[in-house]
Order: sequence, then C-alpha cells, then structure tokens
Amino acid sequence: MKKLLSIFAVVAFAFSAHAGTLDDVKNRGFLKCGVTTGLAGFAAPDDSGEWAGLDADMCRAVAVAVFGDRSKVEFITTTGKSRFPTLASGEVDMLARNTTWTISRDVNLGFEFVGVNFYDGQGFMVPSALGVSSATELDGATVCIQTGTTTELNLADFFRLNGISYEALPIETNDEGKENLFAGRCDVYTTDASGLSSTRAAASNPDKWVVLPEIISKEPLGPLVRHGDHQWGDVVRWSLNAMIIAEELGITSENVDAQTSSNVPEVLRLLGVEGNYGEMLELSNDWAYQIIKQIGNYSESYEANVGPDTPLEIARGLNALWTQGGILYAPPFR
Amino acid sequence: MNKINEVRKPPVATTGIIGWLRINLFFNWTNSLITLFVIYCLYQFIPWILDWTIFSADFKYNYLGEQITNQEMCSRNLDPENGGACWAVIYVRFYQFIYGFYPKVEVWRVNIAYVMLALALLPLLYARLPYRKYFLYFTYIFPVIAYFLLNGGLGFAEVSTNKWGGLLVTLVLGCTGIALAFPIGIMLALGRRSKLPVISMMCTLFIEFIRGVPLITLLFFGMVMLPLFLPEGIDMDGLVRVLVAVTLFQSAYMAEVIRGGLQAIPPGQYEAAKSLGMSYWRMNLLIILPQAIRISIPPIVNTSIGLFKDTTLVIIVGILDLLGIGRGTLADTNWLGLSYEIYFFVSLVFFIFTFGMSRYSLYLEKKLKTGINMGAD
Repeated sequence: MKKLLSIFAVVAFAFSAHAGTLDDVKNRGFLKCGVTTGLAGFAAPDDSGEWAGLDADMCRAVAVAVFGDRSKVEFITTTGKSRFPTLASGEVDMLARNTTWTISRDVNLGFEFVGVNFYDGQGFMVPSALGVSSATELDGATVCIQTGTTTELNLADFFRLNGISYEALPIETNDEGKENLFAGRCDVYTTDASGLSSTRAAASNPDKWVVLPEIISKEPLGPLVRHGDHQWGDVVRWSLNAMIIAEELGITSENVDAQTSSNVPEVLRLLGVEGNYGEMLELSNDWAYQIIKQIGNYSESYEANVGPDTPLEIARGLNALWTQGGILYAPPFR
Repeated sequence: MNKINEVRKPPVATTGIIGWLRINLFFNWTNSLITLFVIYCLYQFIPWILDWTIFSADFKYNYLGEQITNQEMCSRNLDPENGGACWAVIYVRFYQFIYGFYPKVEVWRVNIAYVMLALALLPLLYARLPYRKYFLYFTYIFPVIAYFLLNGGLGFAEVSTNKWGGLLVTLVLGCTGIALAFPIGIMLALGRRSKLPVISMMCTLFIEFIRGVPLITLLFFGMVMLPLFLPEGIDMDGLVRVLVAVTLFQSAYMAEVIRGGLQAIPPGQYEAAKSLGMSYWRMNLLIILPQAIRISIPPIVNTSIGLFKDTTLVIIVGILDLLGIGRGTLADTNWLGLSYEIYFFVSLVFFIFTFGMSRYSLYLEKKLKTGINMGAD
C-alpha cells in the first residue's frame, strides 16, 4: 500500500509540479487545508459551524499569511486513511491533521513535514483509586490497547524494558477503550497523551482518572505539504515559526499594535516594520503581524484549544518554549 | 319461546379483550410465563427510558434554569444523582445536523429543496392524489431544480459541496442512490438475462465485480484513486465521486433483486406476449416488468433501506453526513462525553426514515396484492 501510495504521489507530483502551490492558492482565492473529521482540541466544528482547534489555527495562520484574512480557508475533512492520498492528489494544499512525522512519511510517501505544532507521545491513564503514581508500578495490570498500531509495539517494549508483565485487552477504537476503562474491564488505557486527555475530559467525573507522567514514545505532530514545492513549504513553515517566535518575543494579539514601535530589532523584523522578509516569501510584508493579530501567538492558540484552562487540561510539558523547560524552538528571524 | 331461535353467545373467554388476551398471551403456562417476564422487563425498562429521555432530561435549560451552552452545564453533569439526557447539544447543533456547514444566508434554498422533495414524493406515494399527472411532471424535473437550488448556478450563489453536511448529505446520497440505481438496475437485470452473449457477459461481469467488493472499497476508489487518474484541471467534486460509487454499488444489488423477480415470471407470460407480436421492449415494459417489480417490492425496499444506512460509511472518505456531524460534535471540547444523546438522536432520525420506507412498502404490497399466486403453476 505504501509503495502504491508513493507511486501515486510521484505521478501526482509530476502533474502538479509545473505551477507553484502558492500561486495556485493565490489564484483560487482561498486555502484548502486538510483536517481531521473531528478531534477534541485539534480540529472540530464549533456550535456555529466554524472549525476550531490547534490544527485549525495552523490552517488559518497560513491563510492569514497569504491573504491577510483568517476566513480565506476551506477545511477539507480527511480520515487517517484518506489524508495522504488527498494531499498527494493536490486536493488540499496542506495537511494539519495531527500527523506524526516519521521518516517513511517524510521520504517514502513524498511529503515534507515543515515543523512540529504539537509534541505528543504515548501515555497511560489509570483510575486514581488504583493509587499508582508511575507506569513502572503497573506490574500485572490489564491494559486496553488498540490492536495493529505502533502503540501496541511501544507498550510491549516498555514493559519488557522494565521487566514487568501485563495482560492486553485488545480494542479497536478510542471509544471502545474509553468504555472498557470506565467499566473497569481494564486497569490501564494507553494511547497518545492528547487522546488520553480528551478521554479523561469526557468522563462524568474527570478527577477519578489520572494520566501517569511517563511518555513512552515520540509523536511529533506537524503540518505537511507535498515534496518538491519549497516555496510553499517555506510559507507554511514560517507561518508556524512566526507564531512560536511571537511567543518567545512576548508579542500577543493584544499588544501587537504597541509592539510595532518596539525597540527590539527582531520584533521589528517579525512585524514587517524593518526588512523585506515578506517579499522573500512572496507575501505581503505584514504577514506575520497579521497572523499574530488575527490568530495570536503559539501560546494563545495552545491555551485556547488544549491548555490547562480547557476541558482537555493538557499542560505545556514538552510543548513549552525551550527557555521554559520544553523543546519548542524556532530558528531565528533574520 | 322457540328454543331453536335462541342465539347463544360464544363463551366470554373466547371473545373481546379477554379472549384476545387468552389466545395470544396466556394460551398455556409457557406462554403465560413468557408474557409475565416480558411485562416485568417492560415495567423495569419503560419508566427508566421515559424518565431519561423526557422527564428528567434537559432540552434547552438545565434544572437551575440556565441556558445550556456546554456539557458542564448539563443537569446530569452538575448533579449526577438526578438529571437525564442532555438534549441541549442537539438543540444547539440542530442547524449542523440538518444542513451541515451550509451558509446561513443561503439556507432557505435547502429548506425549499426539502419541501420540494416532499412534494415530488407525493405523487409517487399516493396514486389517488388529485392532479397527480401534474405532480408527476414536477417529480421528473425536481432533480434538476434541486441541483441548481443546492449547488448554485442560474443566479444562485455557488455553495461548494464541501459545505454540505448532516441530513442534507444523507438525503442527497440516499435519494440519488436509490432513484438512479432503480433504472440502472432494471437495465442490468434485463441485460444479464439477455440472449446476446456480449451484453449478458458485460452485465454479469459488472454486477459480480461490484457485488464482490465492499462499499468502503468502492468509496475509497472513487475518493482517492479516481483523482489520481484524472488529468489535472478536471476537478471532480468529492460528493459526486461518492455518489457515483454509491449508485454503482446500489444498482448492482438492485439488478439482482429485479432479476429474482424476472425469474419468477412463468414462461407462458413471455410466450403470450410474443404471440401477440410484441417487441422485446414492449413485452418487458408492458407485461414482464410490471409483474416482476410487483413481486420484488419487499427486497427492493430492503436493499434501499440498506443503502440509506450504508451512506454513513462516507465518513471514511471525510464527508460529514448525519452521523459524521454527530461525531464531529463529540470532538468539540464543549460537548465531550455526550455520546448517548448524539447517537440516540442520529439513530432516531435514521429509524424514522427507514421505518417510513418499510411501512410504505407494506402499504404497497397490500394495495398491489403481491402475495397472490400469479398463475405460476
């Protein structure tokens, strides 16, 4: 299947290589962005039918960079299976669909991951009544696990490394895992930490469940584009970086207007007061200013969609800035 | 008094309510036991379900009288001891469930299309409708009107199918699939029974290929592979691709159902028609098909109901139908955990449509007396 996909990707690439995606998007008048069919905190329709979430903000940021208007984006829903062919065939300009960056997807499928907008990883959730504070204390536990996924392999590795045993209760979907855990048929549920948080938030009494501190796998989730169109890749990459740099520099959607008269050189460069970085990307010079003004910096997007004040209550953790104990790091804006 | 004229009434125990109860529910001790058991189960279940769905449920306001805007405000989440279903999520999201992401300023077009669909179905459902002929003309042009109404053109602003969703997508897929599959299915069934080897082989190949492949595979083929084969510039709409896949799938099944009906027609009917000098088409249209379709009504409705429910599979290719909107709602952090309410609502809507279809087929069967033996001896 993967081989087949990569062949299609190459064929599709051969057809679409003649024109740059950026020009296509500009001519079309709006961005086509592939998102999930609904994942709490990342992309889901709100009550008024607008897509909201961390990934949806990523799409809007790119739309703002190109058009200066956060509404110039059309969200195309994709599933785990349809996302790659949809991108390869050119039906979407980019994917922001909590997709893990792996070598085979980056190289073999012919895509280009332009950055990471959420560092996820496999975690464990247990009832707080179990009195467990670390995953290494889970010897002999019954674990609800989705079959045929990398989480299954990670789990086996983790327990073997720590010399403890477990009993697997195979499940198919996240909903099934939730029901089994809540009904007490398994002691532990393991999946990506963000998924655990939304499962916990869906419980009638979230305080009865704890997510253990151990994260046993790397799941860097980020936006991706088709291989080979570097100009477009740069636009998406720097739309994400602009949000991260804005947080580093303390620029928010509220103080961005005041910051245009700042005396910090990098702030002036980012906001387009100095230099011609927008021109380099073939965008307007205030593209980053508009992103911060209309979407906010990374922190604002994070706090609004998945942060501790939302029902998901995901702490910044790895997703904090490198200066604050996380690994979020954007190349300098110069 | 003449004793012979005296009419004796039947024993009380065999007539009226008591008689009915005796014969149907308490005929012997096993029947009585089962009846009592079922009554006990209903006694346990019905008050609980009524309480949960209606009496303790929140519709728009919670028990404090506040308007509910997220799941934390539902009575059952504020106070787990009392409070039933939280229908506020359906109330708040009703627009999305019915229209998807259709722009609000243009939504009157969808409403008109819904009303026109009902009008277009009327003459098909009731043969004794006054002015039925004119209604039927309307039914024939309705698909064209609906296309321009929903999609745009002819002065209407264009609304891309990407913004369609919910019941709108479910109905478009279901109605188009069923309506198109019927004539295609008839042609395929006739073709498969044709004496011309090329036609018969092609129809058989098509039917067997489509029937041998799951609908999901066809949907994937339509959604994912088709655009890769099409040259760039020819941009086939996502919903159209799914519609093509659904119609092909349904017509293969319909063909086999109708072929079953064709096989039940005794050879005498064919011979009689031919002896009157009828051509192949006249024979089929006037003699064979009316009888064959009449006896295939139950399986035709059966596959149609099946298709209507199968439309939910389009979520796999990223189209948000009624069920997809429900799942999208569950992914909104404001409404996490209300899965019972949402799945209950979605199944209720599907039940209303499929039950309606099944009742209508019963009415048709009665009207056309399909049960009678049509001389097949």
